Amino acid sequence: MMKRRSFVQASLAFGPLAGLLGCASTLPGKAKVVVIGGGFAGATAAKYVRILSDYQIDVVLVEPNTSFISCPTSNLVIGGSRSMADITTPYDNLSDKHGVIQARDRVKRIDTARKSVELAGGSKLAYDKLIVAPGVDFLWDSIEGLQQANAEGQILHAWKAGAETTALRRQLESMPDGGVYAISVPLMPYRCPPGPYERASQVAHYFKQAKPRSKVLILDANPKIVSKGALFSKFWADNYPGMIEFRGNHKAVAIDGKTRNVKFEGADDVRVDVLNVVPNMSAGSIAMQSGLANVNNRWCQVDFLTFESTAAKDVHIIGDAVQSAPGMPKSGHMANSHGKVVAAAVVAQLSGLEVNPNPMLTNTCYSFVNDKLVVHVASVHQYHATENTYKTVPGSGGLSPAPNELEGVYAWNWAQNIWADTLL
Amino acid sequence: MRTAFSSLALVLISVVALPAVAQQSASTLHARGLAATCANCHGTDGRTTLGSAVPSLAGMPRDYMLKQLAAFRDGSRPATVMHQLAKGLTEQQIDSVASYFATLKP
Repeated sequence: MMKRRSFVQASLAFGPLAGLLGCASTLPGKAKVVVIGGGFAGATAAKYVRILSDYQIDVVLVEPNTSFISCPTSNLVIGGSRSMADITTPYDNLSDKHGVIQARDRVKRIDTARKSVELAGGSKLAYDKLIVAPGVDFLWDSIEGLQQANAEGQILHAWKAGAETTALRRQLESMPDGGVYAISVPLMPYRCPPGPYERASQVAHYFKQAKPRSKVLILDANPKIVSKGALFSKFWADNYPGMIEFRGNHKAVAIDGKTRNVKFEGADDVRVDVLNVVPNMSAGSIAMQSGLANVNNRWCQVDFLTFESTAAKDVHIIGDAVQSAPGMPKSGHMANSHGKVVAAAVVAQLSGLEVNPNPMLTNTCYSFVNDKLVVHVASVHQYHATENTYKTVPGSGGLSPAPNELEGVYAWNWAQNIWADTLL
Repeated sequence: MRTAFSSLALVLISVVALPAVAQQSASTLHARGLAATCANCHGTDGRTTLGSAVPSLAGMPRDYMLKQLAAFRDGSRPATVMHQLAKGLTEQQIDSVASYFATLKP
């Protein structure tokens, strides 16, 4: 029912409505913003362009999915304390409540010269401002055998919440007690720096209850745990003694999907029962194909005042795809923050107003170490015009003193509020 | 179908209604954009989801919010996260968000 309605809506938007929208440039003061990607960054940007323009600027959001599935808290589904329904929010409210026009489609091509986006379904959308929030895609070729093993369902990443999240949970449920689960972690930068360690904690939480003779191996390309290291290490030693083992400098180079054997650069092979590989990442493929990934052909450089691409005028890029400023994590909270700064900047530019010369961003990232206890890292990022970057404010931000239940309550409430702020 | 028509109606309304709407000032837009930074945790326009342990900010009196943020900064009000975030805001930003949320209906 919901699906059918959405398709009707999309076809209307590009059928009869297309003509109307096509006239947008002839209407004085009426501008058109197209947003590609409905994750934390893109959905927030779409909603906030509508809000901050007092619903005067029309926004088209191009997103193929009918519902948003949250990466933050998806490790709890793998650990068994939450369901997929708990972490899923429909996109309908963005249209019903905020008048965002939704195209349930993928982008085939961006023509930055003609300021037009071509959709896979064939429609073309002209824009005055394009906001690209493509998230990440995987650099499959950096680990031999990975893409095929993933396509065959043997080796999962579960790093985009969805079908792989439940599939990984099923692999853990099928594993006999006494087995070994391993997570392979890529070199930084990647989406959600503490995510692998939260996942290891969640798998251990499940093993402790259901399969107490089993082990969790973290095979990390980085030399040390990259986020909240002391907090994770202490909790593992106290609560999962002998169950979680961390091995640094383990950069995976090849895997065998059938035997679940991993080869590393300069370390011995490892063979396990459930192998979970987080692949190396780049900006989402549409950014790569459109010449927007101008940093090492991998990430997108932006003017941080407005998040406008340094590769194309009137194209703004936000979220994980951006070449990060120092200390800026690739996180859902940060992506939502990008969405607001870009929305305010785009509304200002389309309204002939000065762009806020002092934008700021915040980040709060909670990790569940079991089903109730949480540790966080928080930071505040102020814009510095002279260097056109964001810097964390000295003396601000920080970590939890220790895992605690109060933050467990706040973490779940954080999730509810940020989903609502992004989508409802 | 109803949703499709309401989308169409929204577009038409916004086109037709445009000339009658007074444009906001740059400073108002900047203040709204800045306050949106709080919404990640405290909800859009400072209104949290039902039953949230995180407090709503909409309609909070300006002086009360200024006192709380000062207390987070000097450590006199214990917190899990806000003492770390409050220390990253400038005096001007604190004044701006406190003034903005005070104007909203709870």
